Amino acid sequence: MSDQAHANPTGWRRWVLSTNHKDIGTMYLIFAIFAGIVGGAFSGLMRGELMEPGIAYLTMFTNGDVDAAKHFFNVLTTGHGLIMVFFMVMPALIGGFGNWFVPIMIGAPDMAFPRMNNISFWLLPAAILLLVLSTMIEGSTYPGVGTGWTVYAPLATSGHTGPAVDLAIFSLHLAGASSIMGAINFICTIFNMRAPGMTLHKMPLFVWSVLVTVFLLLLSLPVLAGAITMLLTDRNFGTHFFDAAGGGDPILYQHLFWFFGHPEVYILILPGFGLVSHIVSTFSRKPIFGYLGMAYAMVAIGVVGFIVWAHHMYTVGMDVDTKAYFTAATMVIAVPTGIKIFSWLATMWGGSITFETPMLFALGMIFLFTLGGVTGVVLANGGVDTAMHDTYYVVAHFHYTMSMGALFSIFAGWYYWIGKMSGKPYPQFISKLHFWLTFIGVNVIFFPQHFLGLAGMPRRIPDYPDAYSLWNYVSTVGYMITGVGTLVFLLGLFLTLRSKERVGDNQWGESATTLEWTLSSPPPFHQFNELPKIK
Amino acid sequence: MSLNKIFNVVTAFLVTFLTSGTVALADGIYKAKPDQLGFMEPATQVMRDIVSFHDGLLIMCIVVSLFVLSLMLIIFFRFNAKANPTPSKTTHHTGLEIVWTTIPIIILLVIAIPSFKLLYLQDVIPESDLTVKAIGNQWYWTYEYPDHDDFSFDSIMLTDEEAVAAGHPRLLGTDTHIVVPVNKTVRLIVTASDVIHSWAIPAFGVKIDAVPGKLNETWFNVEREGIYYGQCSELCGKDHGFMPIMVEVVSQEKYDAWIEMAREEYATIEKDNLTRVASALPAQQ
Repeated sequence: MSDQAHANPTGWRRWVLSTNHKDIGTMYLIFAIFAGIVGGAFSGLMRGELMEPGIAYLTMFTNGDVDAAKHFFNVLTTGHGLIMVFFMVMPALIGGFGNWFVPIMIGAPDMAFPRMNNISFWLLPAAILLLVLSTMIEGSTYPGVGTGWTVYAPLATSGHTGPAVDLAIFSLHLAGASSIMGAINFICTIFNMRAPGMTLHKMPLFVWSVLVTVFLLLLSLPVLAGAITMLLTDRNFGTHFFDAAGGGDPILYQHLFWFFGHPEVYILILPGFGLVSHIVSTFSRKPIFGYLGMAYAMVAIGVVGFIVWAHHMYTVGMDVDTKAYFTAATMVIAVPTGIKIFSWLATMWGGSITFETPMLFALGMIFLFTLGGVTGVVLANGGVDTAMHDTYYVVAHFHYTMSMGALFSIFAGWYYWIGKMSGKPYPQFISKLHFWLTFIGVNVIFFPQHFLGLAGMPRRIPDYPDAYSLWNYVSTVGYMITGVGTLVFLLGLFLTLRSKERVGDNQWGESATTLEWTLSSPPPFHQFNELPKIK
Repeated sequence: MSLNKIFNVVTAFLVTFLTSGTVALADGIYKAKPDQLGFMEPATQVMRDIVSFHDGLLIMCIVVSLFVLSLMLIIFFRFNAKANPTPSKTTHHTGLEIVWTTIPIIILLVIAIPSFKLLYLQDVIPESDLTVKAIGNQWYWTYEYPDHDDFSFDSIMLTDEEAVAAGHPRLLGTDTHIVVPVNKTVRLIVTASDVIHSWAIPAFGVKIDAVPGKLNETWFNVEREGIYYGQCSELCGKDHGFMPIMVEVVSQEKYDAWIEMAREEYATIEKDNLTRVASALPAQQ
């Protein structure tokens, strides 16, 4: 294959000036692992503080100043949320796996706009740098942004007078611009660069999931950008969009934020849905059951995801009829989600299943996402949510969907494709140990948090009434198990990259039918110079 | 198989959780208990309805989760590569797809009816017997009794030592607190002076955001005398976890006596109307 037109760059130029979708995908994955470790460390500090009643742990980082430690806790919750959402899950699923495999799966040589792909990635290190810097400069009395990832006004305006919030806003602007450009790139790639014969209804489900996801990004992120820009002008230029004293409304910010924020949670999980479909089909040695239903269930989730946002705001004092509408609309989402779960089960039914590591993570995801889904139906009810809102029940619910739904699908995709991406096999025992430690660990962390929430423990508090100490202790023990699991993951990554073994073109056999398995492992620097024909 | 074991533990948890939904109380102090798995003992009709509706939802949760789990276990045993070396080729079954679309819709419709009943019970405020106003501040609550000359007082968390001395749980006791009569409908008006807070008492089934520049209202009618605790439920800065809410529910006679006492003790507004206007405005800093 001749590459004279764009000679293979080497050294730093290959990465910094990269226009190659696979190299950019690799950088996204490395970035996501790095951000995941930082975000995970943040949650470790929080769980360390919450292990026992009283404030005794975070004061070690604040020279014994208890007030600074309380603010530090809020900075940690904010940082953990923003990092995991914008710098771990999105870069891993959309930037990493999306960049690597969407072009290959549709038989395209690269993304539609390779240079824009480059800047989409390189805005992210700048964005996370701004966020990290924000933790070091004045927020309120103490350094850092302690507003939660939602950055509600007026806590983020009059409640945080220092420049830290401005940096966090800029960080979100950059991350948002990065994602919008990525979204445009994926839409153009998927609509225009499919190989001959690859109609929309023959597209692999992972490509479908990314297509729906990037539409959600394109439609919701500009709303966030607008909301945080208004926050910025409220803070610095004397506007009063969210200040009641100047004729504004703090609740307006919440509507704008959640109009973005709710589609955002589907942005985090939909690519995982796509991935799990491939993995379940591959290891069941069976084609996907109900392909069209699967594809359009994701479209339905995407559409309905835009009209349910105010279920995050049941206690702000909304009109009762509005609450009734959002209750009904939210419950509707359970139907397409149920279609996905049952279609996965039907794909496995009658199959000839082998329990490789990617399959274990996919199965874990299916069951744990079901648990997160049923508590979601509970929370959808405005009446019951009065008791649950802002308690640990909500924390348990969204970690079951995100940290077990989204993260398990990331790990499933990781083990499914690491052989393809690196050409080297992952270690069997170490990867299975990683699964079991993570599976047990996250359940021990988050299942008891349902009890804490029902008993009334509020979110985002560094110290709690003594009655909540038992389950908080258990939860922190779960964190330690998960932490060991993460070390095992990193060990597995190290062993994979050092491995002398090589895997063939198709590691998983006949049932892995998508186009990436027709290429070598790792694929050539430029693939499909001659477009494949799809029958 | 250890996967099984994990699932069994999870199920066992769920079952315990259902059967011990509420915790009995003896001493008239209403707060969470260390081994608690479910809601606190309800003290109002609204909370009782929340608990019983949630019990129903929990059965739905358990049935759906166990259904999915048992299908997965059947799949693991019957359709693993050893037990079933030749996979089937089935990719469609319209009937099945219709079933798993319509059955969830029916379940959701069954949920929706009691859900809306509960929502309208909570949100439609009945004729009230008295009004209390709560104002969230960083980081304490201010209460006003507009029915009784608008006397007002601040309610600040006790330190750990003070709480022990006063017999309150750590982080939940306050120096002053509101007192309301038992079996009377209290209308609560909530607002804030700086950032958003949220006024919540789990045993009442009440949680309502205190938003600066906005008056929110809710209500409760407590059926039993005692002391009830709650905590601020919207992140409001450094001491968000340290501005508890404490309500004492007493008989009408005790309440009348308390009002007499409080009117003396907390009377900040005398005949000077200007002071009244000034104090009604949120403090600007």
